[in-house]
Amino acid sequence: MKAFSYGRARSLADAAATANKPGFKIIAGGTNLLDLMKLQVETPSALVDINRLPLDKIEETSEGGLRIGALVRNSDLAADPRVRQHYGVLSRALLAGASAQLRNKATTAGNLLQRTRCYYFYDITKPCNKRVPGSGCSALAGFNRIHAILGGSEACIATHPSDMAVAMRALDAKVETTDHEGRTRAIPIADFQRLPGRTPEVESALASGEIVTAVTLPPPPPGVQVYRKVRDRASYAFALVSVAAIVDSVRGRIRSARLAFGGVAPKPWRIAAAEQRLTNEAVGARSFDAAADAALEGARGAGANDFKIPLTRRTLHAVLGEITRI
Amino acid sequence: MDESIFPNVEVTRRTVIETGTTALLLSSLPHGVLASEPDQADRTPASIELLVNGHAHTLALDPRTTLLDALREHLTLTGTKKGCDHGQCGACTVLVDGRRVNSCLTLAVMHDGQSITTVEGLAFDQDLHPMQAAFVEHDGYQCGYCTSGQICSAVGMLAESREGMPSYVTADLIQPLTELSDNEIRERMSGNICRCAAYPNIVAAIKQAMGEQT
Repeated sequence: MKAFSYGRARSLADAAATANKPGFKIIAGGTNLLDLMKLQVETPSALVDINRLPLDKIEETSEGGLRIGALVRNSDLAADPRVRQHYGVLSRALLAGASAQLRNKATTAGNLLQRTRCYYFYDITKPCNKRVPGSGCSALAGFNRIHAILGGSEACIATHPSDMAVAMRALDAKVETTDHEGRTRAIPIADFQRLPGRTPEVESALASGEIVTAVTLPPPPPGVQVYRKVRDRASYAFALVSVAAIVDSVRGRIRSARLAFGGVAPKPWRIAAAEQRLTNEAVGARSFDAAADAALEGARGAGANDFKIPLTRRTLHAVLGEITRI
Repeated sequence: MDESIFPNVEVTRRTVIETGTTALLLSSLPHGVLASEPDQADRTPASIELLVNGHAHTLALDPRTTLLDALREHLTLTGTKKGCDHGQCGACTVLVDGRRVNSCLTLAVMHDGQSITTVEGLAFDQDLHPMQAAFVEHDGYQCGYCTSGQICSAVGMLAESREGMPSYVTADLIQPLTELSDNEIRERMSGNICRCAAYPNIVAAIKQAMGEQT
């Protein structure tokens, strides 16, 4: 690990101001950042520890939703009675991610901002446009079994590894931020993570000196919530494909549906057309197929990840079948 | 503490930077610890206090020191093992303020003032902790390298379960958890890898310890 200075932020303003300095990094749970620092993928000159700032509360909003502090640990969020009761898809997604030890450390904001697990991003001896812009993408013609089938570019086909963010995408969460000048904004989660395009090193909508303070959830939508994760091991592995679904159906007819996919794209993947193809349709293979067609429009494998296209379709079928039987 | 790594340590000096203002943080940065001068870094350690297994320790550490290395290399508590050093195997699991974490993926300076329990701190005098005794009784290991992490993790896991924490395989998120099935134990312990695959005996040991504690 490269040497760095360490300081503890006493206030949010403090943290935002220091986050604006070149080479400075905010550290919260640290489970991803320190891993990357050990490999010298990340080489900050200073770490600003925000763990003791009062951003660890889950509060009910006046609109009937929840406001989740940036430092709420993944385990605490998954176990919160309000989340379990009203946002089961989020609780399930969190519990599907990492191990219990990591969830005890990992924070809400850190989970959103974690980096891809692309092998070549982690290997500093290999070209990677995300790590060294302009150096090339080793995954395009390399080992790309875990890589994106949607939303990638000629510069990068890395996936976003979060389960939590997929559920939050289905729930229409907003990411609240503040910056070094004290300005605040709420970014819809759809706009928070970026597609790679020609600048895969730019992963989020955060500006320099802007830090995440909370994630807000609107009131829970009607319907049954399911999170299904398909992976190489039964536990403690990243998703090959995951589906967060919230479907309101009655007597074999779907009234509304929300679908977000993980493991297949550089950000949680949600396609309005796929949801529209389920709305006011009868439950069954025909509508499920139509939704899968829309969700997978433009999907393209890079070789070893071609299997994700049919796997996504089958996983969606399984989830919709399960959810409409409940 | 390893004197050879920190030849000029003032153990009582508090060099962890508590920032009141940005200017203070920026001006307080010791020149020697910038990345451009990595060889200077070891000479500006941070002084922290850790309460480990009930004993207070003041340590002067390079900020890079993980909690795992602080325990093993500076406090010679070598019961906690370094397996992968990347949070993938769980051999380094300890309890921080009662919660299980991977000590390899956190910095010691982040835990200033906090309470750490390692496998060395579980026994009551000469009596093994019920989880340790159960692992011995059920032969919950082969080579033993992952065992201290398994045991600390299992102790943390039972505490989480008593608090009602659900898992990915919990069928009903709303109803209170009544008992842990084998499947629940396996899911909740998935962050601890056993290369010898002593898993059936580990599950048996945890079930026994669980019965004794309730």
